[in-house]
Amino acid sequence: MSDTALKPFRSKWHERFVTAPSFLWLLLFFAIPAVIVLSFTFHGHTANGGVGEWSLSTWRELVDPDYPVIVWRTIRVSLEVTFWSILLALPSAYAIAKLPKKWRAIVAGSIMLPFWTSFVVRVFAWKQMLHPNGWLQSCYMGFLYAKTWLVCWFTGSPGMPDISTVTILDSELAVVLVSVYSFLPFAIMPIYTAAEKFDFSLIEAARDLGASSFYAFRKIFIPGIKTGISSAILMVFIPAIGSYVIPQMLGGTNCVLIGNKIFMRAIQNRNIPHAAALATLMAISVLVPMLIAWWAQKKGKKQ
Amino acid sequence: MYYPYLMNNDFLVFDHVTKKFGALTAVNDVSFSVTKGEFFSLLGPSGCGKTTLLRMLGGFERPDSGRIYLEGKDITDLPPNQRRIHTVFQNYALFPTMTIWDNIAFSLRLKKKPKAEIEEEVDKILEMIQMSDHAWKYPSQLSGGQKQRVAIARALVDRPQVLLLDEPLAALDLKLRQHMLLELDTIHDQVGITFMYVTHDQGEAMSLSDRIAVINRGKIEQLDVPARIYEAPQSRFVASFIGDTNFFEGEVVSIDGNYCTIQPENFPPISAYNDQNLKVGDLAQLSVRPEKIRVTINPPTPEKGAGINVFPTKVKDIVYQGVYTKYWLTSGSTQVAALKPHSRFLLDQEKITWNDDVFVWWHPDDSYMVAK
Ligand SMILES: Nc1ncnc2c1ncn2[C@@H]1O[C@H](COP(=O)(O)OP(=O)(O)O)[C@@H](O)[C@H]1O
Ligand SMILES: [Mg+2]
Repeated sequence: MSDTALKPFRSKWHERFVTAPSFLWLLLFFAIPAVIVLSFTFHGHTANGGVGEWSLSTWRELVDPDYPVIVWRTIRVSLEVTFWSILLALPSAYAIAKLPKKWRAIVAGSIMLPFWTSFVVRVFAWKQMLHPNGWLQSCYMGFLYAKTWLVCWFTGSPGMPDISTVTILDSELAVVLVSVYSFLPFAIMPIYTAAEKFDFSLIEAARDLGASSFYAFRKIFIPGIKTGISSAILMVFIPAIGSYVIPQMLGGTNCVLIGNKIFMRAIQNRNIPHAAALATLMAISVLVPMLIAWWAQKKGKKQ
Repeated sequence: MYYPYLMNNDFLVFDHVTKKFGALTAVNDVSFSVTKGEFFSLLGPSGCGKTTLLRMLGGFERPDSGRIYLEGKDITDLPPNQRRIHTVFQNYALFPTMTIWDNIAFSLRLKKKPKAEIEEEVDKILEMIQMSDHAWKYPSQLSGGQKQRVAIARALVDRPQVLLLDEPLAALDLKLRQHMLLELDTIHDQVGITFMYVTHDQGEAMSLSDRIAVINRGKIEQLDVPARIYEAPQSRFVASFIGDTNFFEGEVVSIDGNYCTIQPENFPPISAYNDQNLKVGDLAQLSVRPEKIRVTINPPTPEKGAGINVFPTKVKDIVYQGVYTKYWLTSGSTQVAALKPHSRFLLDQEKITWNDDVFVWWHPDDSYMVAK
């Protein structure tokens, strides 16, 4: 065998060697667990919390009328959280990218500052802030009364509905609010990274050709940082779908998400296969729309 | 003094405009006016404030004082999108996420013109810049010269009142630059729009402009037609910035009608046309262009040499430049540069080499007296 024939083999071997650790990591902590979780779903469960015989009973049990509601709520809440996070992240990232260079690092760094405090502690702090006797609740009540009154006035309905017992705590609103708070940095960072590379003279060019600031922002800036936005969407949407701590502590019984259901099945009911099936269901409900979006984007690019 | 600031029938007027960046005065009390359809150039070294002037016209900077008028309307405080002034940016600033067609249609779409009209206009201008075949490409797929043409088309398509061009050819290589120069000239003739052209390249400004404003340190040094900028520079800065020149500085020692004699240091007395009406004892500055100076081994014949400047010098250096040969000549400690064209029809085709003793001569009218 000649030397040249060996070369591609050698370089391939090198490549494999270099990428081996990450492949090993993925295999050990992603692929194998995923297969195990999937295989659990095709087993029954034992009374003492173990995995039982091979059977399809777990999938059959999954036809609980609650689940579609919870899956839909999980997706809806995640979409809301993603929407508000991106909406807030866009102007923030734009503003940071427009700052003088030395300020950019400081401001971008301070966005990551909350991560120095434990996530659970921060969610607890929100629980305090949203307490029914707290000032956020009072503000919310003021807003709610005004809104209800206006709605009644416009629709001409006679008596106002009783809203005195409405609380922010233990509601979907609280979950969305605190999720946005928690995930916002994950939305800002990729958008900011893209915005920093964005050529702002393009905005000037658009303004020069007659565009308003907002039009230039919409038609030039946003398409220009598309990759940052799509990674921000993933960075927020995926953890939001798997969210467990926030709905557990702030959603009460009014905002049970699939993460909470998985916890319940696995720890309280000690039905591991059932929890595994729910996790699989959740993964599918996220993966399928993503694959469709990816496929549509690829098709759009070809044209 | 010739002051190019007229108020009547002026299309575009800068009225005592000043712009400061902190302690730095980028544009210092600048006034001038441009007539409709003119090809007007701002020429000056890097950092002299050309871009700042242009950005104030585009609406991207606010003057600290002074006003800008366009067709009699004060546009000083209008935002960029409310001025019918478009810019061809130095880096082109084409929208990378849009096709060439969409780039050009941008301003027309903003005006909410009917679709058919937009299509017609865009196709027409694409044809004018000979880019019809590239309409559906993206800017990254174009060469520098093509991007340049698209940037011009994008800015011209909705017929602005003024087109601003900020060093549009600086990023192109020499051959392409010369080609685009011609093309710009053609486009200007075709569209009849007022062009405001910024450059630090005197050659570009000379070949394109109807008038040139030479700028130095935020001030206009001279505003004139190209020939006068070159032949009759108002200041030492203009004379040296526009092409090469020889400077002689000295006291006026005698006056003879329209002519006077100046005594520089380390050089024989020079005769010059007394453009500034100087008196004996005044300090004069002369600029003598190298191509006005003749270099010969023998002195001119008495009838030819009567009343003109003739000086013996030594050849120090010879640089062959194709069209010309440049000679560096010394007289004492003074250096004189002279250009000599090549042609078999020219006389004096003697071979001149290093260290030859030669004569340089020029007419007193070519000793141009600069004001400051
Ligand atoms: N935004 C700005 N902030 C501070 N200084 C500036 C700014 N823009 C321009 N300058 C300064 O003003 C002067 C003129 O700049 P500019 O108009 O860009 O010159 P030119 O285009 O002739 O090269 C330069 O010294 C430049 O550094
Ligand atoms: Mg400039």
